[in-house]
Amino acid sequence: MDINKINETKADKMFMGFVYFALTFALIVVLYPLIYIISASISDPAAVNSGEMWLWPKNVTLEGYRIILQNDAIWRGYIMTIFYTVFGTMINLVFTIPTAYALSRKDFYGRRIFTIMFVLTMFIDGGLIPTYLVVRNLGLIDTVWAMVLPNAVALWNIIITRVYFQSTIPRGLEEAATIDGASNFKLFIKIILPLSAPIIAVMALFYGVGHWNSYFNALIYLSDRSLYPLQLVLREILVLQEMSSNNLNMSGQVAEFLHSQQQLAAIIKYGVMIVSTLPIIAVYPFLQKYFVKGVMIGSIKE
Amino acid sequence: MKEVVPPISPATVIGNKKKKNRKIIQNWQLYLFILPTVLYFIIFKYIPMYGIQIAFKDYVPTLGFTGSEWVGFEHFTRFFNSYYFWDLIKNTLGISIYELAVGFPLPIILALLLNEVKDSVYKRTVQTVTYAPHFISVVVIAGMIIAFLSPTTGIINSFIQLLGFEPISFMSDPKWFKTVYVFSGVWQSTGWGTIIYLSALSGVDPQQHEAAIIDGATRLQRIFYINIPTIIPTMTILLIMNLGNIMAMGFEKILLLQNPLNKSASNVIATFVYETGLLDTQYSFAAAVGLFNAVINAALLITVNYIAKKTSETSLW
Repeated sequence: MDINKINETKADKMFMGFVYFALTFALIVVLYPLIYIISASISDPAAVNSGEMWLWPKNVTLEGYRIILQNDAIWRGYIMTIFYTVFGTMINLVFTIPTAYALSRKDFYGRRIFTIMFVLTMFIDGGLIPTYLVVRNLGLIDTVWAMVLPNAVALWNIIITRVYFQSTIPRGLEEAATIDGASNFKLFIKIILPLSAPIIAVMALFYGVGHWNSYFNALIYLSDRSLYPLQLVLREILVLQEMSSNNLNMSGQVAEFLHSQQQLAAIIKYGVMIVSTLPIIAVYPFLQKYFVKGVMIGSIKE
Repeated sequence: MKEVVPPISPATVIGNKKKKNRKIIQNWQLYLFILPTVLYFIIFKYIPMYGIQIAFKDYVPTLGFTGSEWVGFEHFTRFFNSYYFWDLIKNTLGISIYELAVGFPLPIILALLLNEVKDSVYKRTVQTVTYAPHFISVVVIAGMIIAFLSPTTGIINSFIQLLGFEPISFMSDPKWFKTVYVFSGVWQSTGWGTIIYLSALSGVDPQQHEAAIIDGATRLQRIFYINIPTIIPTMTILLIMNLGNIMAMGFEKILLLQNPLNKSASNVIATFVYETGLLDTQYSFAAAVGLFNAVINAALLITVNYIAKKTSETSLW
């Protein structure tokens, strides 16, 4: 039984009224733009542009989506992004999981020095220009490697994974295994990995979303259009198109796409927002659950 | 738990050394596990750190970091004496402080309100919806801002006109830039920002509340005297981290929202570094500006942490 209910005063009731009012306000403010985008993407462009459509779809049409799905630049970007996300996440996992496991072992001599070496970079780093020059000197510009190697591992994720190992792998497991003559490598493959399915899934989600949503590395490291990820194609459609002075930077394909469809431009924009975010929406229930846990582990380990 | 400290004798020193060597040999494969990550940090973090010396040099690509000629503080003086120096500082600090003033308290308030709700379905609905924008890419966010705020076709201006006002050109009026930046950030991150406070609030001992209820404390009183004191350490830590980051705000979003018309308000140090360094290829000058920014940031972080340590018990280190 809720003790709050027992002697709830008038002031408390009024306060709870305010709480529900404020939360509902927050709910509507966040939800409205999301509903608007969905509605706008399937409404008559004239109704969208005039403001006549403001909540629910008007004169439903799928013309916007038809044009989006026929566009080569978007398809190509989509495929490249899927590739960067899958390949990049695989590299992230290969770097993160074994490192975090080694650091979680109390009998791993040097774990402190390695930890300090990693954590130090949170406070000092070379900055944008020297990092860019290193990537360029390595010859990674305009290769797919530029999309995966400069972000091969994130310190925060190593920390979270290490905490997971420390709290779930029973102590003494290593000793038992070594007494049985198993090498660390064998132990990791045969025992640790099967035990770490949950953390691998979480890390895959963390890194995967990062790859899917990022645009900046592609912006600075890629000039070859055929390598563009979806977010850079989106940037041309959603952002550059609005700024006439930047139109020269746009590929002929994208410019033509938008200009030939002038009246449809608005609903195409809302449509690409949806199309590009679909995979994220699909995994959102998992994201919410695991990301929240990730934030909490981080805060405990502060 | 107390560990027994053995008396140190030459024999144990040798024994420890032997033990250490055995540990290293026995676990040699663990070094292979960590090797890729160590290489990653050396190549992509430590070599760029070494490369920051180009801020004091005239970097010529063919000569490399080491071979380029030293010029001392030339790039720094050029930056300090440039006509845009104070504009950059003003914009950078202006956006950050505005963002902090609005964006820092809101997640705390939302978390305190959410914490009062015991109806779990409603609570979970609010959380599910308000967390969602966190996962939207910055490009899509920028696209939404530009589309919604368009003076001709944007829904916001439709409402403004409906209320009988003139449409506002949010994106081409420098006056509006900071507000647009800050409030779109509020929309995207307030919900997400509540998580850390909600987890701190879940640590409140229910008995404290029960005792307070029996003493006749109202909900509001309990928030002020029980809940808020509980989350103050979390608030302090986040405030220190935010203040230490004050010169390094969400520059990816600014870069997307920037256009020639609003540039007088949107030109911040980070976008300036990108522009001069990567678009104009003045590597050394841009690296110097970036280094200046990083040094200010570090100084701020250390100062704020020092003040926090002196005035409260919470600090980063």
